[in-house]
Amino acid sequence: MSKVLGLTGDGAVAYAVKQSNVDVVAAYPITPQTLIVEEFSEFVHNGEVNTEFVCVESEHSAMSACVGASLTGARVFTATASQGLALMHEMLYIASSLRCPIVMGVVNRTLSAPINIHCDHSDMMGSRDCGWIQIYVENAQEAYDWVLQAFKIAEDPDVLLPVTVNLDAFILSHSLEGVEVLDDSEVEKFVSIRKPVFTIDPDKPITVGALCLTDFFFETKRQHFEAMRQSPKTINKVNDEFADLTGRNYDFIETYGMEDAEAAIICLGSTAGTAKAVAKSMRAQGKKVGVIKPWVYRPFPAEQILKSIEGLKSLAVLDRACSIGAPCGPLCSDIMSTFYRENIKLDVFNVIYGLGGRDITPFDIEAIFNEALEVAKTGVVKEPLKFVGVRE
Amino acid sequence: MSEESKPGWKSIPIAGILLEPGSAMKYKTGDWRAFRPVIDEEKCINCLLCWIYCPDGAIIREEKKVKVNYDYCKGCGICANECPAKAITMVEERR
Repeated sequence: MSKVLGLTGDGAVAYAVKQSNVDVVAAYPITPQTLIVEEFSEFVHNGEVNTEFVCVESEHSAMSACVGASLTGARVFTATASQGLALMHEMLYIASSLRCPIVMGVVNRTLSAPINIHCDHSDMMGSRDCGWIQIYVENAQEAYDWVLQAFKIAEDPDVLLPVTVNLDAFILSHSLEGVEVLDDSEVEKFVSIRKPVFTIDPDKPITVGALCLTDFFFETKRQHFEAMRQSPKTINKVNDEFADLTGRNYDFIETYGMEDAEAAIICLGSTAGTAKAVAKSMRAQGKKVGVIKPWVYRPFPAEQILKSIEGLKSLAVLDRACSIGAPCGPLCSDIMSTFYRENIKLDVFNVIYGLGGRDITPFDIEAIFNEALEVAKTGVVKEPLKFVGVRE
Repeated sequence: MSEESKPGWKSIPIAGILLEPGSAMKYKTGDWRAFRPVIDEEKCINCLLCWIYCPDGAIIREEKKVKVNYDYCKGCGICANECPAKAITMVEERR
């Protein structure tokens, strides 16, 4: 029997972790991830979980402790944001390259300077090549659902890759929503216990992290690349099992109105909610607009996006991060290279928005849709890269 | 060993882990060498300073002389530098 709890995005993550029989949590608090760590440490204090909570002195140490714990075969979780993720950067690669199936909540907050605690995706995009599976969620329900699925995906022997579940700072992390949660016993059955492929064990010594030079390093990276490339099979399988259990269907992307859309927006995270609401009212006026929301950003869902754009004439790619000096934002860059490889001539323009928590309003979204409709009509992209919501 | 004769990515353990403890002997580092130490047995006084100083344990002690283990010698030249009898010459490797 499921029940509905009032949870913040951070609270939903903490609750999912509580139910997942996690052996070790090593974390350092940082706004706006703080609630995850606070609420989880309460569960530990109250004896509601059987988890070793390691208080560390920095995020670099948090991820280091997680790597060590994960190598012993433990189920491991941590959470961070912004500067904390940046401080972890070095260890992110070590976690994924040592094939540690750690699950991490990342509450997307911008990177300094100037110092700012609000939402954008600069933190995760700055570490996007770290070899982790990366999920972006739209609301607290999705945060809860994906954390549960993340353990199962990460720990699958065919995957063995760490997973980040990304949720927008404050917009999701601190907003209270009704979240449908599973019973503890249902979660226990779903996530089961981790069955490690290899562990560090004094009785059966192995060497982990040995020097690996020009003669073998490339081969280990090739394996890592392949693990990511093969991971969609497991992601699909876990999504299916989760749908059987909850009735909630997840996939690599969610689409709205794409069956007949002429112009569409693609974006990550909570903005997709606003975009869908605006699309709904515009569609009621007969405007053929749609929304594509990738849940899974790494591995990049090229195949699913290509399938969703059949018949589409223009696409606005919204990036809540900027890659300064690059031709376009990170999401747009992935989209453009996917389209180029498949020889797709679709008019695309890139919108950089919402940096440092700048609000993106339904009016902004409507204007972007209208511009995309204009591009669909004329076939002319006047501004391939534009900034929405910034003062001139 | 040439690159071609080593196992490919499909057949090695994942994550660069080494499953066999104490297996460093199997990793031969002799091909790192740019110069090889050559011992002149006529000049060698068997003082064993090269054996003491070699950072890789690549000097082999025999009855009344020393030999270089070229499987592991990286060619650093410390032995030649320390040899009081100037019995060791560093000769450029040609492969």
